[in-house]
Amino acid sequence: MSDALGSLTSFGADADDCLRMVDLTKIYGDTVAVQSVNLSIKRGEIFALLGSSGCGKSTLLRMLAGFETVTSGQIFLEGEDITQLPPYKRPINMMFQSYALFPHMTVEANVAFGLKQEGVVQPEIHERVFEALELVQMSPYARRKPHQLSGGQQQRVALARSLVKRPKLLLLDEPMSALDKQIRRNTQIELVRIIEQLGVTCFMVTHDQEEAMTMANRLGVMTEGQIKQVGTPQDVYAFPNSRFVAGFIGSTNLFSGTITIDESDHIVIESDALTRPLFVSHGVSEPLGMEISVSLRPERLQVLRHQPDGDFNWAHGMVSHMAWMGSYALYQIRLDSGKTVEASVPSLLLTQAEPPGIDDEVYVSWHHEAVTVLTS
Amino acid sequence: MIGSFFSRLKQSGFWVIAPPYAWLVLFLLVPFLLVLKISVADLNFGIPPYTSLVDLSDNVLTFTVHLRGYALLFSDSLYLMTYLSSIKMAAITTVCCILIGYPMAYYIARTEGSLRHLLLLAVILPFWTSLLLRVYAWVGILRNDGLLNNFLIWMGLIDTPLEIYRTDLAVYIGLVYAYLPFFILPLYANLVKLDARLLDAAYDLGASPVRAFLAVTLPLSLPGVVAGAMLVFIPTVGEYVIPEMLGGADTLMMGRVMWSEFFTNADWPMASAVTVIMVLILLVPLVVLQMNQKRSFLSETKGGQ
Amino acid sequence: MAAMQRAPNAPSRVGRISTLTLGYLFLYIPILTLVVFSFNDSSMMTSWTGFSLRWYVALMNDQALLRAASLSLQVAFMTATAAAALGTWAGYIVARKPMFKGFGLYVGLLTAPLVIPEVVLGISLLLLFVEMGSVFGWPGERGLLTIWVGHTTLCLAFVTIIVQSRIRDLDRAYEEAALDLGAKPLHVFFTITLPLIAPAIISGWLLAFTLSLDDVVIASFLSGPGSTLLSPEIFSRVRLGLKPEVNALATIFVVIVGVFVVVVNRLQRKQETMGP
Repeated sequence: MSDALGSLTSFGADADDCLRMVDLTKIYGDTVAVQSVNLSIKRGEIFALLGSSGCGKSTLLRMLAGFETVTSGQIFLEGEDITQLPPYKRPINMMFQSYALFPHMTVEANVAFGLKQEGVVQPEIHERVFEALELVQMSPYARRKPHQLSGGQQQRVALARSLVKRPKLLLLDEPMSALDKQIRRNTQIELVRIIEQLGVTCFMVTHDQEEAMTMANRLGVMTEGQIKQVGTPQDVYAFPNSRFVAGFIGSTNLFSGTITIDESDHIVIESDALTRPLFVSHGVSEPLGMEISVSLRPERLQVLRHQPDGDFNWAHGMVSHMAWMGSYALYQIRLDSGKTVEASVPSLLLTQAEPPGIDDEVYVSWHHEAVTVLTS
Repeated sequence: MIGSFFSRLKQSGFWVIAPPYAWLVLFLLVPFLLVLKISVADLNFGIPPYTSLVDLSDNVLTFTVHLRGYALLFSDSLYLMTYLSSIKMAAITTVCCILIGYPMAYYIARTEGSLRHLLLLAVILPFWTSLLLRVYAWVGILRNDGLLNNFLIWMGLIDTPLEIYRTDLAVYIGLVYAYLPFFILPLYANLVKLDARLLDAAYDLGASPVRAFLAVTLPLSLPGVVAGAMLVFIPTVGEYVIPEMLGGADTLMMGRVMWSEFFTNADWPMASAVTVIMVLILLVPLVVLQMNQKRSFLSETKGGQ
Repeated sequence: MAAMQRAPNAPSRVGRISTLTLGYLFLYIPILTLVVFSFNDSSMMTSWTGFSLRWYVALMNDQALLRAASLSLQVAFMTATAAAALGTWAGYIVARKPMFKGFGLYVGLLTAPLVIPEVVLGISLLLLFVEMGSVFGWPGERGLLTIWVGHTTLCLAFVTIIVQSRIRDLDRAYEEAALDLGAKPLHVFFTITLPLIAPAIISGWLLAFTLSLDDVVIASFLSGPGSTLLSPEIFSRVRLGLKPEVNALATIFVVIVGVFVVVVNRLQRKQETMGP
């Protein structure tokens, strides 16, 4: 399954493509910041590139905007090669992490700036500026200066400024990083609403996986200059293709073991961390005897007081820690093998029977379809 | 061919960099090379009042390098003493500026809020007022019949006036007075960037205020001290106006020698030779300053990113 | 031990007050004496004989001094403007352009006038003009133009340092945003960069103005017949003794400079509230 999904990182040209990166590479001296990235973004899509700091995502974004030169590779925007074009000639607009609103100009002048560069005439400038301000609900503030606005208000103006020119591609650099946590969720949803209303293709980079999962149609996970996996948020979460992606997106329990039974429709894995083997309900391309990793999400683990049926896919242990998180409880359970796993149990289930407490003996069990085999 | 040459120039940003660079080369580098050239010329009547380096006549190309000036410099002990005296006076001035300026910069940097701005402004304000006039003020203060002596006599502390004007002491006072802001400002810029939390950490670990200062503040402020010290030392070596106005006939300083060689003796080659040697002497502190600046420039940009 | 409530790492109050008081007294007493004695009836600084404005009157009637002052103001204005323009240009290059070949020499040349003794600068420029005169026939003789070149070269360094420091603090994002929105680099410089660094440029202009006005050495080396500037004139007079008109001049100076510095400082503080 993961192999098939792996090929979703599209390569070939597609009529629907808005943006296409071909073997895009950036090297600074000895460091390879971006390593041969191949990625296509469809028209109207919101794509999020997710990665921790230093992974190269910002460099990639800046190459798309034109602020970094490309060491090798090409960038195609709607079929046209824009790799050598300077930023002021690209039909791409960017919303900066710090918003970069010009401090010496009013909100109106800020938004009008881009239109003036195009040579648009006054009546039309005024019309389009206020159209954009209306979209972000900042019309009453047209005469204010940026330092008189709050962070959230500045962001809206920055958005209006980058959309008013109707760019073919909108770039977002860590859009929520400057905002307070409370207002982030609502802002994310509103941002998506505005972008989808206009039908603008959007490429964003972020280190916040919640942000990526909330806002994006598709996302990519990047580390050390390479994109490891691309897919819809659900797919990447449920079917990570590697230990890295599995650990990066959400939390997970990782096990390594050896394939002891290898059939076309199922395999069995024996692991030191578990007293019972794992049963996986599909075949894999790895051969018998091979070392392999699997991922089990905490929410797929059931916490039981009594031993479950069957020989596979359960383990015995003792509750070492329990944290009440509001909508769910997070259990840390020390298995007999010594390994500690995390299980998250919805509050609803806990109210139905007396929940296990610390030092209680429990069994964890999971469905065979919850086991994700990792290819790397 | 020509077109692509120009477009490559444009891309490398040549036209952006060139004009200021050209001004600097023309009005700083070239003149100094000229000074070098003329320092090995000889006196001549007419205009220009020095011989030419290259001569082409009768199909003979001659390079003439006169070493008269340099020979005189090294043989006449007066020049040697003047060089040493200049360095000595500059060094003492620098030390005094450090002793007075460090505490001032330190206390200003540790002051809070708008008072700090006011204090800094008060250091900068004299700097903008004419130096010439302020040095002239010292003449009025230090003269035998000047303010200081009148005050001391009136207080009954002395009977006869102190002879300060037209001595080396007056020059020291004038030099320190003039160059103190040059020391305080770069040091202040350094101290004010010092993270107070480092000191907090030191106190937390049990250090006394004195120890914390010696172990944390002093080492970290060293680049600022070096910058300020060089900014005082280097120009002072060649000072002219202050020694001329406050010093005695026996106050030996290079600036005065250069001036008199030029204006009084009209010996341009000699003046050039003196200049060349002085710049060579200053090369060492100049390099120290450059390296110090480069180090602090690099650390600042790294921190900025 | 005094039971004062203060943080252990706050510098001692006694030390602070005494040091700063002494330091500032040292800096300001000479200026004060100039101002006070400009109103003294007697020409000596030995005693105060009465309040008088006679030295201000004498100043107004001193044709030579006034003429020199007028020339100095002209040269200072031209110098400040040229130094501000070139210094901003050079400062921008140092702050924004990455390393290019010859960058070391460039920075070295830029900072040299800051530290090199003025006599060196004076002599070398004079030699340049003399040599140029004999090879090219221009400049024929030295005068305001040559002084202007000398002053500009000197002040250029100061302006560069000020502007360069301000540009380095300026968030690149502003310029990048402008480029992103379609503005060409030159346009970005004039519409975005320049307004945001304006206070620094003004500071630089004022500093260059002051330095030019104050200069004795370079003006002496590079002047020609009929182009005596103010400071060389003052200098040659005071070498011979005390001159109370000079006190009057100094007082006027201090007042004007004081006003300017306060104004500039206000501008800088206002800039800080707008953000980097």
